[in-house]
Order: sequence, then structure tokens, then C-alpha cells
Amino acid sequence: MTFIQNMAKKKLLWFAIPTIMMLLGMALFAPWVAPHNPNEVNLELRLMPSSSSHLLGTDHLGRDTLSRLIWGARTSLGSVFVIVTLVLVFSLFVGSIAGYRGGALDSFLMRVCEIFLTFPTFILAMFLIGVLGMGMINVILAIFLTHWAWYARIIRGLVLSLKNRDYILASKVCGTPAWKIIFRHLTPPVLAQIIVLATLDIGHMMLHVSGLSFLGLGIQAPTPEWGVMISDARQYIWTQPELILYPGLMIFIGVLAFNIPGDMIRDSLDPTLVEGDL
Amino acid sequence: MIKFIARRLLLLIPLLFVISVLIFVILRLGENDPAMSYLRLSQIPATDEALALAREELGLNRPLVVQYSDWAWKVLHLDFGRSYVTGAPVSDRLLFYLPNTLYLGTVSLGIVLVLSFPLGILSALKKDRWPDHLTRAIAFAGVSTPSFWLGFLLVYVFAVKLKWLPPMGMGGPRHVIMPAFTLAFMSLCINMRLIRSSMLEQMNTRSVLYARSRGVKEKWITGYHVLKNSMIPVVTAMGMHIGEMLGGAVVVEIIFAWPGVGRYAVSAIYNRDFPVMQCFILMMTLLFVLCNLAVDILYAWLDPRIRYGTGAEQ
Repeated sequence: MTFIQNMAKKKLLWFAIPTIMMLLGMALFAPWVAPHNPNEVNLELRLMPSSSSHLLGTDHLGRDTLSRLIWGARTSLGSVFVIVTLVLVFSLFVGSIAGYRGGALDSFLMRVCEIFLTFPTFILAMFLIGVLGMGMINVILAIFLTHWAWYARIIRGLVLSLKNRDYILASKVCGTPAWKIIFRHLTPPVLAQIIVLATLDIGHMMLHVSGLSFLGLGIQAPTPEWGVMISDARQYIWTQPELILYPGLMIFIGVLAFNIPGDMIRDSLDPTLVEGDL
Repeated sequence: MIKFIARRLLLLIPLLFVISVLIFVILRLGENDPAMSYLRLSQIPATDEALALAREELGLNRPLVVQYSDWAWKVLHLDFGRSYVTGAPVSDRLLFYLPNTLYLGTVSLGIVLVLSFPLGILSALKKDRWPDHLTRAIAFAGVSTPSFWLGFLLVYVFAVKLKWLPPMGMGGPRHVIMPAFTLAFMSLCINMRLIRSSMLEQMNTRSVLYARSRGVKEKWITGYHVLKNSMIPVVTAMGMHIGEMLGGAVVVEIIFAWPGVGRYAVSAIYNRDFPVMQCFILMMTLLFVLCNLAVDILYAWLDPRIRYGTGAEQ
């Protein structure tokens, strides 16, 4: 890797890390940072351009756009955080049992994973939402259910590569029960690697959440969410295109900020790549 | 090669069986009662008798296994039942919309292939010079762009401001440009990066060094040796792109009011029109599986190690 590329990457990190911090700050402190209540309807102030009291103007119900964008960070990052946690916990459970036990249980669990992987993810998520109903909890469930299998397979592989190490065998000889070996000795090293993989996926999951919400299948209307905001604003594209521009820009910047470190991690993990590929 | 294809085709049968069972079970597991949705959509008041009658009519009283085999038998004959909303056969509607979706998808796939190869190759050949930096910057931004935002940006620039292209609907060839590009953009960017890194990787292999030392022309080396071998990861990734594009097509159809299956399916989900949902997911999964099969075959053709080796069992 040349010196210039190194510098370029560092520069991107200088963009990514403050942006992620800012988004996290917005998500955590939304009630204090947002200038207005994001759901306060004021029909007298509908579709206002930007002004000193509403910095980014108002939407078709007179709600403050800036406040909705800030609260949107909470919805978006919050749901992705829950999804990633669910995926990690569940796939860690399935993957380590399959890898550690082996045998019929292992092949059964892996066949289940394969079945889940044969569906196109977004379509399966749509279908699950159709069955479960719309709303935030079901979107989280649907995206979790469509993404765990991939992780479970990788975790199984990691466990397989670790389970015959001396320290595991030693603790087996000592009579440590299987659950304790998995929990104490296998989970920490596996988790360290898998969390790295999960950060690669954050941007992708953000796109899934907002995509489903844009379709009206995900997080529902009054909740401030960026995909919902774009969907709400679509009929005003002729008069107020900025209502579409701002939430999309938030998604774009958010996904970009999470993709940059994710990409670097991928490069450092994958020695087959000749170049850091940005 | 024929043996390989035959084996893969045979493997499809159990796979499709399990998929259909899973779809059937998921629908029944949901807390919703198909009979209720049926009554609601037919606007019949949900009295106890009406519910019992609806259950009878929809065959929900019978054991699950009987229900499944009945449904599967009909599906094999392309009979997906009737829509709860319109009462019309589901397969008619979906097959009516399917060509539009396939048209959109094919044009997008064409855009991906036609643009990603020259740009990816250019980027690899001009490594660290400005064409490389430019394409990489676009590719990196593109991977983070939500299609439903890009679509509206395009509509705003090319339909609202410049008035060059129609903002929505389906019609002449000008109508397909924006939807197809929106759908293609993310795959295009991923593919561009992949082609670049794959080519750079191949350029460092010993076979290329050997070809060079034999005095083979540089053009022939990059155009044949490097390009052919660097296609392997690109082809593998193609299957993944098709999956993403099937999902992306739903979003794009909504943005551009494109009369495809995705738009029909979304309205079915709003209405909880179960036969339509069932047919939609089955159709899309079948399409996805078949595309992946085609990719696998292409892959085996490109890489003999897969055809003869243990790779086929993976």
C-alpha cells in the first residue's frame, strides 16, 4: 500500500469517526438536541422553507424537518443496534452448538441455515412482515430472521477451527461441562471476530430498515424515520424537493460512515486482496 | 459438464420442496387467521357462521398435511388460488406483471455488465491515477446510496428540472432508463470494485509472470489471461447481485410506478392477501435459485477445478 493511499484512508476515517459519533450523539440525546417535538403537527406552518425557527423548514404536516431528522437517527441506529445484537446472540448460540456438538444436530442446523440462505433476503423480509404485520418490532424480527443464518455458518466454522485446540481439550479432560466450555472458552475468541464482521453489515442493515419503511412495510408513519420521511415527501418532489433530499442525505452519510471503517477492517482481514480496496 | 448440470438440477427438487413447506408453515404460524383476512377483504361481516363458512370454503378445517399437499399439487399446475381481494386467479395477475419486472431486471443487469467491466478494467489498468481514483470514489459512494433516494434524485434532475425523461410509468424505451439505472447502480458499483481488485490480484500471479517472460504481448496478457481468471469471483458475486436486484426491483417499481410484480406484492402485503404473497415469494425464490444455478454452471465452466473437484459438493 502506498503512502498516498494510506493517507487517503486516514482522511476518510477523519470523516467517518466524527460522523458516527455525531449520529450516535443525535440518537442518544435526541430529546435535548432537537429544537422541536418531531411529531408536533402545525398545519399553519406546512411546507415552510427554512427559517430561523425551523432551520430546515417543515413538512406537509408542519412538523419541523430538522427535529425529525435528529429523531430519525435514534430510530434508525436503535433498530439496527437491536438487530445486530439479536443476530449475534442467536447465531452464536446456533453456530457454537452446531460446531461443538457436530453430528446429526450439526448437519440439521446447517441445512436450516442453507434453506434460509436460498431466499433473496429483502423478499423474505417482506414476506415475513406480510405474515407478522407491519411495525418496528416486526421489521426488526424480519431482518434478524433473514440475516442470522449467514453468521451462524461462519461462527460454526470458527468453532470448528478452535474446538480441538489444546486449551479446550484440557478443560474437557478436567470435566468442564459443554455449556461452560462454549460460554467461557469458545465465545470470547469467536465474538471478537464476529463483531468485526457485524460492523461491516451495519450500513447494509440500515438500508434494509429504511428501504422497508419506505415501502410502508416497516416502521410506521408518525415515527420519525428517514425512509418514512422520503416516502411522505414523494408527492412534494415538484415543489419541495429538499424534503426528499435531507432524509436521503442522512441515510447516505450514515451508511457511508459505517461502511468506511467496515471496509478497512475487511481489507485488513482479507490478506488475499493485493491492495486496500476503497 | 452435463453430469454436473444434471446433478444440480436434481438437487433443486428437494430444495424447492423444503422451501414450499417453509413458506406454507410460516403463513400458518402467523397469528393471523386467513379466514378473517378473507372475510375482511370480501367485506363480509365476521360472524361465527361466516367464519366457519369461510374456513370450509378455504379448506382450513382439514389437517395441515392435507392442506399442504393440496396446495402444492395445485402450485405444480400453476394454480395459486384466488386473490382474496379481487377473486381473480393469482397466477394470472402475477404472470401478467412478471414480464415487466423481468424487462426491468434484464435492462438493469445489462447496464451492470456493460458499465462495470470497462470501468473496473480501466480502474485496474490505471491504478492510482485519476481514472482509478474517480471510479473508486463513485463506487464507494454508490454502495452507500439508498436506491429510493437515488431514484428521486434522478426524477428531480431529469424529469422535473430538465424534462428529458418521463418521471414514472411504463411506456417507450425512455421510460425504462431511470428505473433500470436506479436498480443497477448499487450492483454496478460493487461489481466495478470487485473487477478491479480481482484483476489486480490476478496480475500478480505467477502465470502472468510466466506469460510475460515468454514474451507474450501485454495486451494479450491483460485481455486474456488476467481477465479470464479474474472473472471467477465476479461471476460468483453475480448470483448475489441478482438476489439484491430482485429485492431492489420492488423498491424501484414503487418509486417509478412501474407495473411489475413487486408493486403488486406490496399492495398484497398491505391487504394481507395471502395467496398473492405466497405466489410472489415462491416465484421470486424460484427465480433466484434458477439464476444462482445458471451462475454456478457458468462458474464451473470457467473454473475446471470446480467441475471435477470436490467443489461441487459445497
